[in-house]
Amino acid sequence: MDAFTQHSGVAAALRRSNVDTDQIIPAAYLKRVTRTGFADGLFAAWRSDPGFVLNRPEAAGASILVAGQDFGTGSSREHAVWALQDYGFRVVLASRFGDIFRSNAGKAGLLAAEVDAKVVAAIWDLLEREPRMTVTVDLAERTLLAGVDADRVQDSFDIDDYTRWRLLHGLDDIDITLSHAAEVEAFEASRPVWKPMTMPARTAG
Amino acid sequence: MGRTLAEKVWADHVVRQGDGEPDLLYIDLHLVHEVTSPQAFDGLRAAGRGVRRPDLTLATEDHNVPTVDVDRPIADPVSRTQVETLRRNCGEFGVRLHPLGDADQGIVHVVGPQLGLTQPGTTVVCGDSHTSTHGAFGALAFGIGTSEVEHVLATQTLPQPRPKTMAVTVDGKLPAGVSAKDLTLSLIAQVGTGGGQGHVVEYRGEAIRALSMEARMTICNMSIEWGAKAGLIAPDETTFGYLRGRPHAPTGADWDAAVAYWQSLVTDDDAAFDREVVLDAAAVTPFVTWGTNPGQGVPLAGVVPSPDDFDDEGDRTAAERALAYMDLTPGTRMREIEVDTVFVGSCTNGRIEDLRAAAKVVSGRHVADNLRMLVVPGSTRVRLQAEAEGLDTVFKAAGAEWRGAGCSMCLGMNPDTLAPGERAASTSNRNFEGRQGKGGRTHLVSAQVAAATAVAGQLAAPADLPDSSNPREG
Repeated sequence: MDAFTQHSGVAAALRRSNVDTDQIIPAAYLKRVTRTGFADGLFAAWRSDPGFVLNRPEAAGASILVAGQDFGTGSSREHAVWALQDYGFRVVLASRFGDIFRSNAGKAGLLAAEVDAKVVAAIWDLLEREPRMTVTVDLAERTLLAGVDADRVQDSFDIDDYTRWRLLHGLDDIDITLSHAAEVEAFEASRPVWKPMTMPARTAG
Repeated sequence: MGRTLAEKVWADHVVRQGDGEPDLLYIDLHLVHEVTSPQAFDGLRAAGRGVRRPDLTLATEDHNVPTVDVDRPIADPVSRTQVETLRRNCGEFGVRLHPLGDADQGIVHVVGPQLGLTQPGTTVVCGDSHTSTHGAFGALAFGIGTSEVEHVLATQTLPQPRPKTMAVTVDGKLPAGVSAKDLTLSLIAQVGTGGGQGHVVEYRGEAIRALSMEARMTICNMSIEWGAKAGLIAPDETTFGYLRGRPHAPTGADWDAAVAYWQSLVTDDDAAFDREVVLDAAAVTPFVTWGTNPGQGVPLAGVVPSPDDFDDEGDRTAAERALAYMDLTPGTRMREIEVDTVFVGSCTNGRIEDLRAAAKVVSGRHVADNLRMLVVPGSTRVRLQAEAEGLDTVFKAAGAEWRGAGCSMCLGMNPDTLAPGERAASTSNRNFEGRQGKGGRTHLVSAQVAAATAVAGQLAAPADLPDSSNPREG
């Protein structure tokens, strides 16, 4: 995973709450067995509407999505994160995320930054007045800056310390865990013998 | 101070704790399916890693498999590739797989419990959000993404931040004709789709204790629909009775040792939850959704709400959007809403008890003209059990389609989908826009309401139907 320290890019306003992962990428697009190639599926149903935000010229090349509350609820599909990344997004700002989506984002290197609902509303308003406005997100400082001069929105965002640390250093979770192999082995040695095992297989038939 | 059930199960699985790190949890059971695993196996291959504990891993084919012609190659080439990829990966990494055509094939969350692999006090994960189902046994069970699937395959552990705890206490008794599905839908309407976010929920109280294992699984299954990390229920005699004699349940002295541990898995009297919600079971009635998230529901006896009914601006906007998508007019009585399709199945309501409940309603009756009713058992084992009881004959005589096992129309990844504009009463768990097919409209209901709706042609409870001429026994 590449390290993530700071990102500046064009922001797009997704003025909807409760955007579940079925909306981010419908199930019909989940059949690929690769980790890339999901950009076509991103918001597939909504993109058939020419007025949808991502179809408008001001959102061309956008890399920061500013969404309503409860973004990424529902299904655990990490494909939702991959589709956003494949499309070009590096950051999603929302006032609350679905737990699994937020976790998946942290693993895959998409920054899911939790901000106050008022900040989301302020950035949406700014984008109305200044389409193609740039937003800068600084992970080391946990700050964001949108707009310029008196009109700007400047605030902090929330992300848990551990995910922030991993993203800043581009660290792979599995490598970290494997460095604790001795502790895993010690735990395994202490497990009761009657704990279930899938093998050898037993069936009712 | 005492500990909650969730805190006990958590503590018993901590491999490592460090300052500023999430706890590293040991995973007792990892369930795998074709859609969220291919990229994880690829990751193992790329890094030259194996599966650490294939003997704690189980795979089945469920999400995209067809429910007809299951003895023939899958017609859709992309689906076929995904299923064949799972078969190849399981072969290469030594993972036990129950493929299409096997008696233990089916939805992961139906198969784990029926094999007796889901046990109290275990940690269970799967690349599927409805893994919360297994919490019905007092297991700590939650859905994960593909990166985490790879992590568990490689290490049999998962770093997890410690969640907060919540109690949902359901006092009293559910009225006759009211099911666990009605209870969970009315709970979600009350707390909202984000109401459980960041919490592990323990369902407790008299009404929960009275539920069968199947009904408890329905409740825990829907935990994710109100944002909870997991939902669990303390194991008791109902749990032990369900497990005894199952293929992978302990036997002999192991059984006694296991039960002794399981009996310790209760929330201590002096334990404190971070949040508590109390519900009165007696006040619950048959409940259905009108909108496009599981929190947008009303009693079956109610009407389609107006956006003006909502104080919060976000809720109001969401209601306007949902009404437009669902093509509903505020004030319409829910019982007047006509449906084209009825779906009975899914990890929420695809177990034998659900099929019995639905069969009892349609027995001696016939589905309405121009209405399609699909009955999709949650597993092949459930299908075989239903056929042994003659339920398939009842459904077919009523004009319903009797299918093979899988996720089917719950998420519409296989050919079982709604056409644009089609309206369904569905026993599944999500009424999101397009969930059951692009442009399809979904009303979430219980198995009983689904079956009655199939007969009436519009949303209905069994009590709304005229007496059948040939009522089934029981």
